[in-house]
Amino acid sequence: DKGQPWQNPTTTGNKSNLLHQMNTSLADGSPMPNSPSSLVNQYRLEDDDEGQKDANTKDIFIAVDNPESQVTAIETFIMYRVATRTTRSEFDSSEYEVRRRYQDFLWLRSRLEDNHPTLIVHPLPEKFVMKGMVERFNEDFIETRRKALHRFLNKISEHPILSYSQHFKVFLTAQVSDLASHKKQGPGFLSRMGETVRAVANSVRGLRSRPEEFAVMQEYVEDFSNKMCSMDKVTQRIVKEQREYLEELKQYSPTYAQWADLEEELADPLKGVVSCVVQCSKESEEQIHHLSEVLVPALHEYVLCAETLKAVMRRRDNIQAEFEAKNEALLSRKVDQEAVKEVDGLADRMEQANNALKGDWSRWQHSMRTDLRSVFISTAEKNVEYYEKVRQREISASDSNFTHTEKTQTELLFLFFF
Amino acid sequence: MVERGTALLRKVEINVAEAEKRTGKNTVNMQETYSVYLIEIRPAETEGGTPAAPDTLWRRYSDFELLRTYLLVTYPYIIIPPLPEKRYRLPLISPLVGLENFLLRVASHPVLSNDKIFFLFLTEVSSQTCVAECPLKIFSLKHYSDELNSVISQLLRVRARVADRLYGVYKVHGNYGRVFSEWSAIEKEMGDGLQSAGHHMDTYAASIDDILEEEEHFADQLKEYLFYTDAVRSVCRKHELIQYELEMAAQDLAQKKQQKEELATGTVRIFSLKGMTSKLFGQESPEQRESRLAALEQSIQEGEETVKEKNTECKEFMRTAWEDIERFKEQKDRDLREALISYAIMQISMCKKGIQVWSNAKECFSKM
Repeated sequence: DKGQPWQNPTTTGNKSNLLHQMNTSLADGSPMPNSPSSLVNQYRLEDDDEGQKDANTKDIFIAVDNPESQVTAIETFIMYRVATRTTRSEFDSSEYEVRRRYQDFLWLRSRLEDNHPTLIVHPLPEKFVMKGMVERFNEDFIETRRKALHRFLNKISEHPILSYSQHFKVFLTAQVSDLASHKKQGPGFLSRMGETVRAVANSVRGLRSRPEEFAVMQEYVEDFSNKMCSMDKVTQRIVKEQREYLEELKQYSPTYAQWADLEEELADPLKGVVSCVVQCSKESEEQIHHLSEVLVPALHEYVLCAETLKAVMRRRDNIQAEFEAKNEALLSRKVDQEAVKEVDGLADRMEQANNALKGDWSRWQHSMRTDLRSVFISTAEKNVEYYEKVRQREISASDSNFTHTEKTQTELLFLFFF
Repeated sequence: MVERGTALLRKVEINVAEAEKRTGKNTVNMQETYSVYLIEIRPAETEGGTPAAPDTLWRRYSDFELLRTYLLVTYPYIIIPPLPEKRYRLPLISPLVGLENFLLRVASHPVLSNDKIFFLFLTEVSSQTCVAECPLKIFSLKHYSDELNSVISQLLRVRARVADRLYGVYKVHGNYGRVFSEWSAIEKEMGDGLQSAGHHMDTYAASIDDILEEEEHFADQLKEYLFYTDAVRSVCRKHELIQYELEMAAQDLAQKKQQKEELATGTVRIFSLKGMTSKLFGQESPEQRESRLAALEQSIQEGEETVKEKNTECKEFMRTAWEDIERFKEQKDRDLREALISYAIMQISMCKKGIQVWSNAKECFSKM
């Protein structure tokens, strides 16, 4: 099966250590290992490794841009350009450019989730926005979606397992018609329905008991989801309040301008105030822009992540439930070779799923921490910048005021303190 | 009473003959050079017994502007003739023609030509009475006071709304404090950073109370001048009252003089009951006429005294009031300039606090 990383190691740096580990256990070139211990080895990455991996060893770069609307007889939709540059040897070429629509991204994500039910697959932007009557073809909506799609593909490309998925490769490289035929190869609609029904049936039965660490994880996921929703709401409220503040602030200029027209001596200082207000309004607009274009989308993304986590926990639970169900059934019946084999298979599957999740969990936490830390820092920086600019404007405004009067030395010194 | 007539131009010829440069001290006690223009009025005939209007009168450009503003406000439904530009680009051409044109156009307007202030602008010399210049000066003061009142009221309204909004912005950040704190409880590595960042958010949210309190000070300073405008208006009203009394006295005097003239010459120009009855019931005796003349003469003398008194009162009032108004203007400029500076200083201090809080928060985030 082509496209497996451990058969063609070409990367350098610490990541290659990881691949090397995988490689030594597969010297004979046999397919993907499924013994729990080797899987665990795969996922135990130290923090240091993680950081260096990002900096030095990125060997695939993906960009999502250039949205264009396509009109067919039946529908209108947006196509995005997906451009890839890579040095990975499993790719025939080093550069690719394809066009993809939102549905294609949905397909990719669902395939990744199907193949790796307990890995944390980064969420996609929502299908449509309920609030605010945003049209699908509204410029802002398209741009927001484009940025999120870009982030999605980059997150997948940074994932140690997902980025080597065959489906991912096809998504990045296949022309539109080839992708369509590849899509058809997957499990049919009916078989997938069957899986869903089974999963639901098992979840209804419930778990006997969740292992401690997953119980802790479950609780965390619930709490994290709440916190992200709160953060999202609070931030959106702040944006709203700041916009309203800005609207009122702008009213100062015409009023002070009117007053300046009335006065002689005071005309210049008052005109100074007008220009100060105009400048400060611009600074405020910039600050609001950062909040709504950087902080809000980032928080919203992690609201969606929280939902993803919940789904992952559910799927893990279902896998455990399925095993427990079959196991119980076995215990109450006569020993049957086939049944035992089936239960063993389910036990293995459960262990694999649990280990996959455990490994990916720390990776995800690290990534979340990095993402949110950087976006909070940039917001704080932007706010500092805003106050510094406004302070500067105020100083120049009062400076022009000073030159006209005989101010005492003490008053001048006072100003220097600021 | 002088009849101005519906077409003033039938009575007088108006000319703006010369321009001159003068220097003097202005309102802020600085030397300045300004141009004055000579207005010549040649009445066709003087009628009645009012003091003869002087033939010439100097007015400066700002006086013309003042007159025009007065006309604009008093007759809002009329298209007021324009004034020429203050300084012509070509130095050889002076605004003489334009100013004369302006006066001629006003004088030929059916409504504007009847305006008392316009008439006095053309005829009164300020050193003799303050009847023309006073109204214009008072008018400009009243106008300014009204405008200032309206602009400060507007400013105070805007300030209140802005303060409200700013309060909202700061207080919502308090929610960050709460959420960060709760969130820090479920995180391991991020916990400390989030917790301390949350404290800074609380500090930020709380800081608005002090900020708004300081801002109130500026609002109070503005309000003070809002009340001052009311005081200025009452000074204007007082002047209007004195002015009115003066005019009444002058009118009264003019009427009596008219009567005397009629009595002396035997002509009846103004309808009077006495005149009528004497016509109907026969002329009165010479002795009766003599006594009436004497009474009138007495009344006229008293009238002249009253007018002189009122005139003095008016001039004295104007002098002291104008002195105080100049003082008030200087005080206002000083106070408001200082208020603006204090406000800027307060804003700068607010920015400093903002920089502090967000720099601290940034440090906490770095430790996440």
